[in-house]
Amino acid sequence: MKKLTLLCTLFLVSAFLLSACSSPATPSPSSASAEKTENSAAPEQKEASSPAPATEGGKSTATEAAGESIKIGSMGPLTGEVAVYGVSATNGAKMAVEEINKAGGILGRPVEFVLLDDKHNNTEAINAYNRLVEDGVCGILGAITSAPCLAIAPLANEDKVPMLTPSGTQISITEGRDYVFRVCYTDPYQGTVLARYASQCGKKKAALLKNSSSEYSSGIVEAFKTEAKAQGVEIVAEEAYGSADKDFRVQLTNIASASPDVLLVPDYYETDALIVSQAREIGLDCLVLGPDGWDGVLKQIEKSSQDVLNNVVYANHYAMDADSEKIQNFIKTYREAWGDDPTAFSALAYDGIYMFKAAIEKAGQVDRETICKELKQLNFEGITGQLTFDENNNPIKDVSMIKIVDGAYVLDLVVKAEK
Amino acid sequence: MNFIYQLLNGIQIGSIYGLIALGYTMVYGIAKLINFAHGDILMIGAYTALSVLPLLNARGLPVWASGLVAMVVCGLAGVLIEKIAYRPLRNSPRIANLITAIGVSLLIENLVAKFIGTGAKPFPRVFEGEAVQVGDLKLSLPMLITVIVTLILTLLLQLFLRGSKWGTAMLATSEDYGAASMIGINVDHAISLTFAIGSALAALGAIFYLAVFPQINPTMGMMLGIKAFIAAVVGGIGNVPGAVVGGLILGIIEALSKAYVSTALSDAFVFAVLIIVLLVKPSGLFGKEMREKV
Repeated sequence: MKKLTLLCTLFLVSAFLLSACSSPATPSPSSASAEKTENSAAPEQKEASSPAPATEGGKSTATEAAGESIKIGSMGPLTGEVAVYGVSATNGAKMAVEEINKAGGILGRPVEFVLLDDKHNNTEAINAYNRLVEDGVCGILGAITSAPCLAIAPLANEDKVPMLTPSGTQISITEGRDYVFRVCYTDPYQGTVLARYASQCGKKKAALLKNSSSEYSSGIVEAFKTEAKAQGVEIVAEEAYGSADKDFRVQLTNIASASPDVLLVPDYYETDALIVSQAREIGLDCLVLGPDGWDGVLKQIEKSSQDVLNNVVYANHYAMDADSEKIQNFIKTYREAWGDDPTAFSALAYDGIYMFKAAIEKAGQVDRETICKELKQLNFEGITGQLTFDENNNPIKDVSMIKIVDGAYVLDLVVKAEK
Repeated sequence: MNFIYQLLNGIQIGSIYGLIALGYTMVYGIAKLINFAHGDILMIGAYTALSVLPLLNARGLPVWASGLVAMVVCGLAGVLIEKIAYRPLRNSPRIANLITAIGVSLLIENLVAKFIGTGAKPFPRVFEGEAVQVGDLKLSLPMLITVIVTLILTLLLQLFLRGSKWGTAMLATSEDYGAASMIGINVDHAISLTFAIGSALAALGAIFYLAVFPQINPTMGMMLGIKAFIAAVVGGIGNVPGAVVGGLILGIIEALSKAYVSTALSDAFVFAVLIIVLLVKPSGLFGKEMREKV
């Protein structure tokens, strides 16, 4: 029997090691619905690794001479495991640059988009940042994922280079940094909006089911709880699970026994799909609310059982079925240019370029300090809604609430920005 | 009421653990090998079921029929793995077998990850139908089917092992290779049959698993395999009814500790059970004490 004990121990030890290796890295940014946007990551990288020759002698000053191109730098994971985010975001940005150049550029000068690959790696991101600054860019649109954002944000702030991340949601990226901005809303902001939405729908008893090992999840839950209290919505149940969990029926059974009228599930779409299926199976039919991580959930549930997704509403950056001509044009052009549907990342990066344009035009000159001042005061209307910045350079912006109806995303309503 | 529902949650997942544990226990009983790749056979079963679905749909067959195809494919896969990877090592030290099993497991997982992709794939609803009302209790259909089928299969397996010629040949092989082959039993066939049955049961476990958790990915067999292995050890590895009882115990402990103690600690409870069993009764609840032959 000693041998058996030994075997068991060996088995367990190796199993732990193996399972540690296999746990997938959860990407830090929010929502992603693109599955096959890897159209041309490799060639882009080539183009990016040989940016236009830096001719001017001045290292840190932006280009001044009229007629010369305005350089906007950018970086994102164009290769590696989170490449889908980087590629779909920078595709959106490239599209915006092309449009602007076709319409005569900014201040009559063409825009040059200098794109580098940060491989979702901090060292690469800092190298890319240094190259962009040496190249004389007037601002940086990036990074796309939160970790590289955190790596370059202190540098950008020190060098006084305006940095605008389309999709870095982590709250600390912009905090206390005058030169760092973001286009997307933060996790706590979503939580607040979701709580307000629940109360608007007349819900009185909320239940929470959070991923206890995800900052994304807990950021949303904390903000939701605070706002729910303010709105008079009672929290009747709060349950948690670990990242590798697949079985949520125990937690859901506990939640069901508190009979809530709304359930908040803040996680990414793969887990969301499992939770909502199991919730419906045990007979928990109430409204399910989620953050932007739900985007793409339809792909995770087989067509024949998509009825479990009825009565689900989640927050997103924009709605693909919105009536707005601007949005429909954006989607159409994107499809034509890249042969795929745009993601929220594409829309955010697209807006980011136009925000730079608006700020530069207001500044009337290509000067980093002035651009930054103008960004701060921007009142911008883009694909992803109306936007102004708060004291921490986090956007106060509209949130599109998307309802899933019979296997389709339908815009439910837009929660307007309010301070 | 809540307690009863939590108990039923535990019994359902416990039955699935039990079904998978049957494969571990049978293979260990006969080949004295912990088949590390068992969880991955389950994963192959899930992918097989998913890939034959369009064919079955075209013929108007129900979703659960894909489970039958998966059972056949997995049975063959089990036999093949045994032939290629384990048979040449039958007379090597046990540690060589174990390492090979780990290798096979990694190989299967990575092949699937490489050629099919690591993203989770959705699976349609397996059992269509309303929940059954018993008094105040609402019993979900997948739960009822899982538990009942598991119990029936365990019974059938037990009858097969005790009553049929093939079953007794397998039992004899598990007692003593040499003696079994001396009295005319084809040891190779007996071992192949064991792998076939164990792997087919894993495929069935996969279908029941998908009935509750309709998502497939290349590493899905890993944690399930570990839990099922613990179930087999708790029940007494080598013992058929023990595997199912072990699975049920594990499922119930897991569900109740999640519900009433802590969700974060539930896996710790499960592993603590393994450690306690190994300390107190290393042969498991139903295992018989075997002396090492000198």
